[in-house]
Amino acid sequence: MRNIKSKTITEIVESLCVDTNFCLPCDVLSSLKQRILCEEGIAKDILKEIVENADIARSEKLPLCQDTGTANFFVKLGKDVYIEDGNIYDAINKGISLGYKNNYLRKSIVCDPLDRKNTQDNTPANIYIDIISGDKIEISFLAKGGGSENASALKMLVPSYSWDGVKRFILDVVDNARNACPPLIVGVGIGGDFSSVGLLAKKTLLREIGSKNISPIYEEKEKELLEDINKLNIGPMGLHGKTTVLAVFIETKPTHIASLPVAVSIQCHSCRKQTVIL
Amino acid sequence: MKISLDELIFNIKNLKIGQKILLSGIVYTARDAAHRRIIDLLDSGNKSKIPFDLNNSAIYYCGPTATSPGKIVGSCGPTTSSRMDIFTPRLLKEGVKILIGKGDRSKEVQRSIKENSAIYFVATGGVAALISKSITKADLIAFEDLGPEAVYKFEIKDMPVIVAIDSNGNNIF
Repeated sequence: MRNIKSKTITEIVESLCVDTNFCLPCDVLSSLKQRILCEEGIAKDILKEIVENADIARSEKLPLCQDTGTANFFVKLGKDVYIEDGNIYDAINKGISLGYKNNYLRKSIVCDPLDRKNTQDNTPANIYIDIISGDKIEISFLAKGGGSENASALKMLVPSYSWDGVKRFILDVVDNARNACPPLIVGVGIGGDFSSVGLLAKKTLLREIGSKNISPIYEEKEKELLEDINKLNIGPMGLHGKTTVLAVFIETKPTHIASLPVAVSIQCHSCRKQTVIL
Repeated sequence: MKISLDELIFNIKNLKIGQKILLSGIVYTARDAAHRRIIDLLDSGNKSKIPFDLNNSAIYYCGPTATSPGKIVGSCGPTTSSRMDIFTPRLLKEGVKILIGKGDRSKEVQRSIKENSAIYFVATGGVAALISKSITKADLIAFEDLGPEAVYKFEIKDMPVIVAIDSNGNNIF
């Protein structure tokens, strides 16, 4: 058994808030820089602004986007870890509270969806924990803005829809995501059930842009979707162009004989993600 | 092209969709919750309690991050304008002339922009650190309890925007 203090987790989460909100990940930045070369006019100018913004945010310690997001945590918790002086949920939420308050990040969470009073510290985070073997903890943080979250969608298709129907739904969702700050990263979950497919889709957003799908079949489908979506002429910020998405990631899981659930998690270009291993 | 908002009020008709503009002047931030309150004040006959004069005003759909010490303002890019579509025709009727946000608007807003000779600009979403460089002064003027949704008065200098819906109702989207 390895003991880890809850305070250690809180401190790591607090520093993740800073790094993730001020620094655009390398894979996103280099993908944007490549796409500048493919564009012209307004589309090119927008991509250049996005890259310039990343430079300013990093060097001046300013949040990349004013929407510093809902705090999503994907945790792989080794079964041989014992958390001292508390539990992992409280440790993460305390780190978010301190990180968002101490670093002037925006507090974007309201207590109740109808009453809408701000919680004042951006908690609670969405925390998803998988138990794995070993004595390590892997913590991935995704700070996700509300605009792109609002453009995400889930549908319970039936088996007869097959890939063509799944693809039509994905293209529809992207077509309705013009206001969600393209170029987008599109996370697709297929299979599982109603409650698991959304999480499956969202988790794919942690994947590195340019990485290959472990399934050659879905690798091909990702390429197919990337090409077809980029032909839609939605373009950066929906103002037309060849760059509507930077990446499409698909993840699947077993499902019921009657079901074909599909979820599309839309991520804006400000894809703020980071992983640390303790 | 550089334009001040004071001049723009008299030249709205000259601007066409797709034009890139560097805007200067006074804008007021307002997003979902502030819009709701402004509309409620209008509905309840309390127009005088609205925190700024709507006539010829410019509204920027923005909820900035908190301001860190030594800075004028936090990061402050545009939010999705369409969430305010339900409120916008009413505000345009009350004299608001300039809207700044991101993304497409409803047909009703497009029509109302034309009817009221107003204009809609888009700024690039997600470049909030860059846009903060265009804010030369920021004052919280109302609804402080709304936190990031409070109304700020921004003095902007050369803020980069694009004409998205012009006063003739043409739409870049």
